[in-house]
Amino acid sequence: MELDFTLLLIGNGVLIGLMYSLIALGFVVVYKATDAINFAQGEFVMLAALMSAAVTVLMELPFWVGVLVSLLGMISFSFGLERVVLRPLLGRPIVAVIMATIGLAAILRGLGPLFFGAETRSITLPVGDEPIILGPFMLQPVQVTGAAVALLFLGGFTWFFLKSRMGVAMRAVADNQQVAMAMGINVERYFALAWAMAGIVSALGGVVWGAMLGVDVHVSLVGLKVFPVVILGGLDSIIGAVVGGLIVGIVENLAAGYLDPLVGGGTKDFAPYVLMIIALMIRPYGIFGKRKIERV
Amino acid sequence: MFHRESGYFKTTYAADSGLYPLPIAKWTIGVLLAGFILLPTISTALSGAVSAEYYVSVVNLILIAVVGALGLNILVGYTGQISIGHAAFMSVGAYTAANLAVKLGLPFWVTLPAGGLMAAFIGAIVGIPSLRIKGLYLAIATLAAQLIIEWVINHTPAISGGSQASIEVPRPTVLGYPLKTQRELYYFLLFFAVLAIVGTLNLVRSRIGRAFIAIRDQDIAAEIIGIDIFRYKLTAFAISSFYAGVTGVLYTYYLGIANYENFLITTSIDYLAMIIIGGLGSVLGSILGAIFVTLLPILIRVFMESFGTLLFSASELNNVIPATRLGLFGLLIIVFLVVEPEGLNRLWRNIRNYFRVWPFSY
Repeated sequence: MELDFTLLLIGNGVLIGLMYSLIALGFVVVYKATDAINFAQGEFVMLAALMSAAVTVLMELPFWVGVLVSLLGMISFSFGLERVVLRPLLGRPIVAVIMATIGLAAILRGLGPLFFGAETRSITLPVGDEPIILGPFMLQPVQVTGAAVALLFLGGFTWFFLKSRMGVAMRAVADNQQVAMAMGINVERYFALAWAMAGIVSALGGVVWGAMLGVDVHVSLVGLKVFPVVILGGLDSIIGAVVGGLIVGIVENLAAGYLDPLVGGGTKDFAPYVLMIIALMIRPYGIFGKRKIERV
Repeated sequence: MFHRESGYFKTTYAADSGLYPLPIAKWTIGVLLAGFILLPTISTALSGAVSAEYYVSVVNLILIAVVGALGLNILVGYTGQISIGHAAFMSVGAYTAANLAVKLGLPFWVTLPAGGLMAAFIGAIVGIPSLRIKGLYLAIATLAAQLIIEWVINHTPAISGGSQASIEVPRPTVLGYPLKTQRELYYFLLFFAVLAIVGTLNLVRSRIGRAFIAIRDQDIAAEIIGIDIFRYKLTAFAISSFYAGVTGVLYTYYLGIANYENFLITTSIDYLAMIIIGGLGSVLGSILGAIFVTLLPILIRVFMESFGTLLFSASELNNVIPATRLGLFGLLIIVFLVVEPEGLNRLWRNIRNYFRVWPFSY
């Protein structure tokens, strides 16, 4: 019984963890390629969810149109963002980029409900909502879908970075912008591409998270979980995003199962951050991250 | 202000780093201070006692924000260490003071420094990782601090006072006289705001402040010329958090209640907006930013209440006002970062430089 309970918690933790990885992936791709830090990743997800909910609920179009609209919307949004906000900040201290994305997060959180309405809407995935019972595990179809999408993208991105010509070019840009430029790589185009990839990931993340939580401004709180995930896994590592996501998912589920009765709730949001602080003290570059050596 | 420095030669280092390089600057400060002391009287004379009470209460909010913005600017603007947890340190100060004032019945001149010191202590602990990590990592670590402090206060009835996590505090008493009206609070707050301004001005031209600036500009170079980075970073965190704690205490006395909901992450972002809009690494910028960011939501509210009904229904308006405020803050942060990174302070300097030689600018 006790073991079953633990297994149940771990099983759900794995699914939620993979869904975190999906969002963290957007963060990692942008950081890897452009060195920019996206504090608005959660708000990206919220925006995508709002878009797809607006299409499916307000305009009563089929689900796939909603996904398509949020994909296209997020790609053009992140392209535009890179152009208008982030390009002028190139070469400025890292603090400026952080502040700009914090400002962006505030804009999206403020204006999102202004345009799409403040009430909670629901996105229905075409997968039903009967939990799948598999031995000790009880899996929600929504979460299974989310986890599957996450795995698909993780595989796709891994292939992209290792095998495709564009992926290799992007790694070159991430490694050293000047040398990449000298090799004839159009660095600015790859910056835009990285942001567009973050947009794609956020669009799908928005649909699955929106389907799970209901679509309103609170979806953006998912973004707060991105930081423990990427810090644990390593900021510039895709496999790190997966491992970090799994750790965070499992830890927060175990905390919610075992610690909540003791302290009266809320450990779910708290435990990943404690873990993250420990990680920052011991190994700030994460499990798979690249250690940066600074020279004057 | 608008004066010319011609014919005035600085011949000593003391004169060069003086706060008031010219006699006329002293006069300007004197006039400004007199204006601020007379402000409640003037506003009463102009607009009657009732609305004057409201205007003074707005100024009080600004004075509180000035102290907090100065604190954050010491850390972010002068030392270059980003912090997204400023509001959490305010809540530490607020709850420390509220508990001392209610449970032990201590007066404000004990609870205020106690709140500040407690916040400084917690801030220094949060600052410890800053030796090893910087930039993004520090931002995330302070974000974690914000969330963890919030959670701890919320889940510890001994600190938060149980229901609703709020504690009512008695009015501060000065020489046995309780400060009840906004006007009386105004002088109380003005005293601390001026203290904070003068304190910061002196801090940033002292050895410590110069060390902060050196760390901001190039931390490795600063270490090589003999600045103990760890000590000065912790000092910066402690001083900044001390200011934040004092802000929290002042805000608690202003509201008469300590409540963690006033110190959420959105408040941290408000303060970041203040120093970016005002100007990083500038005392005047902190003041201008505090004024701007405090007045903006009030102006939005006034504007929306008079014109918003044309676009939205009355029930929608309650959601629209905070949403517009948040969106506008974000927009202003980005616009200032992209267009004018030195903020309002730079705009003010441009205006002043223009008029300094006006009308013979060639």
